[in-house]
Amino acid sequence: MGNNLIKKILAKKLGHEVKVGEIIYIEPDLVMTHDHQGPMTIREFENIGADSLWNPDKVILVMDHRTPSQTLVAVENHQKLRKFARKYGVTKFFDVGEGVCHDLVAEKALVRPEMVYIATDSHTVTEGALGLFATGVGSSEMASIFATGKVWLKIPETIKVTLKGTLQKGVYGKDIALRLLEIIKTGGADYKVLEFGGAGIASVSAASRMSLCNMCLEMGAKTAIFPVDKVTVEYYKEKGVEVQELYPDEDGEYISEIIVDLDQLEPLIAFPFSPDNVRSVSQIGDEVYALNQSVIGTCTGARYEDLKVAAEILKGKQVRPGTRMLIVPATKDLMLRCTQEGIIETFLKAGAMVNVPCCGPCGGYGMAVLAEDESSITTGSRNFVARMGAPGAHIYLSNAATAAASAIEGKLTDPRKYLSDS
Amino acid sequence: MNKSLNGKAFKFGDDVDTGQIIPGKYVVLTDPNELASHVFEDVAPEFKGKVEMGDIIIAGKNFGTGSSREHAPKAIKFSGISAVIAKSFARIFYRNAINIGLFAITLPQVDEIKENDQITINLNEGKVINHTQGKEYKFDLPHKVMLDIFAEGGIIPFTKKELNLK
Ligand code: SF4
Repeated sequence: MGNNLIKKILAKKLGHEVKVGEIIYIEPDLVMTHDHQGPMTIREFENIGADSLWNPDKVILVMDHRTPSQTLVAVENHQKLRKFARKYGVTKFFDVGEGVCHDLVAEKALVRPEMVYIATDSHTVTEGALGLFATGVGSSEMASIFATGKVWLKIPETIKVTLKGTLQKGVYGKDIALRLLEIIKTGGADYKVLEFGGAGIASVSAASRMSLCNMCLEMGAKTAIFPVDKVTVEYYKEKGVEVQELYPDEDGEYISEIIVDLDQLEPLIAFPFSPDNVRSVSQIGDEVYALNQSVIGTCTGARYEDLKVAAEILKGKQVRPGTRMLIVPATKDLMLRCTQEGIIETFLKAGAMVNVPCCGPCGGYGMAVLAEDESSITTGSRNFVARMGAPGAHIYLSNAATAAASAIEGKLTDPRKYLSDS
Repeated sequence: MNKSLNGKAFKFGDDVDTGQIIPGKYVVLTDPNELASHVFEDVAPEFKGKVEMGDIIIAGKNFGTGSSREHAPKAIKFSGISAVIAKSFARIFYRNAINIGLFAITLPQVDEIKENDQITINLNEGKVINHTQGKEYKFDLPHKVMLDIFAEGGIIPFTKKELNLK
């Protein structure tokens, strides 16, 4: 039996073939921690008592969760991390305002195909979109990697996800993720890899792939991965980086296959209180789900394609009075581009608020918090109880187009009627 | 490993996420005792007052889903809990639990265990004993790489030893 993508990448790096279920020890090509798990990581690193990092050039620190400097404790944590970076020679340091970690490492082309990338964040799996092995660990384990430069991994089983057809108007990677959540359910892919393939992937942008891989974590996946195809090669080419295409073997090893027909896929929404509680926008019918808030932000829906379609929908329209809208671009460079292209102006004229790049609204971190009887649509990845504030608050997850259209109407709305056919 | 864990059972349902274990607003903290003082604050505020050293959490499927915050298993451990027995775990929570020295095992029969039942986990024999109901269950020990880490008290003491640091 041949290699799937993960086995292929790990075998190449180790210099020998690997078997599913086998335990390997490996040196990551890059690791990352941020201002949420970073303070605990450096505390535990100090508990180990090592006097240096195994390789400061392979360590990335990002200040994104509690930014900009939300509280006294948060700002003290940022101070600690800055000091740590200076003391141990970490130069890949992204300070307050630069953007959300998973977007930054891709935007700056730090993560590359075929790498092993480990970070203290569950959504590290996002980076699999670019054809690498990316997964999350906790702070103590990262502290141990900081000191030793190695991590143990069990070679996981892989589920093949074949995409056929073409993504339709108003439908994005987020909707593929929600469809898969509906099929697989939360925890349904525990410890497994979701590997994407099929002719349909050509219509899925790198941005959409990142949102999709990100949310595979909600299914319990150890990671998710796309082949390195023309879309990925083009993504890196625009950054002046050359990468080689990479595909699994024809007879790659999979435990099952799921087929998603993109031609049939509609914009989807996850209802409270689980990302797998999914309905399509067209199924909502006459029931009115009124919204106090609409959020476009986080690492699952605030990239260029998301903000662009949101601006297309909001242009010349107004956010409905009584509904607040918050837009948080994923990175500073993206925010600059959107400013130059008039996208930010469109948002402000439509009555939306625009905040500096950060995780903020994803988990009620200092903004977009909900009261007990309120509800919000968001491009975030989680709608668990109390994720955005009060335990009773309702969170609906959608793509950016749906969040924009819903802001105009003040209720859950199908975005397709706001999009031209071209 | 010659060890047994003893305590009364605290029952939880399916999909208990890390935000329910320790709300996001406390993730800025790093002191484990401070974290423990907020464990299950939103969803089971009575838990903190009832838990005693050694007690055991019995949960449904997908325990510890959500963020990678090690704050969650730490808040549980430092509240006095010695182990979590669940139908299944979210991957990072499970790894974190062992890495910080909180024992965690999966057991399909968790529904049979009732709140307050007296439980012993015998790590030597791989057995869960329910004294209240007079029942015993076999369980699969975590993989040896994890047991070795757990036996040292977690990945920090394990790494210290590996690097010969005091
Ligand atoms: S935006 Fe949300 S999911 Fe993404 S890294 Fe930040 S907190 Fe995590």
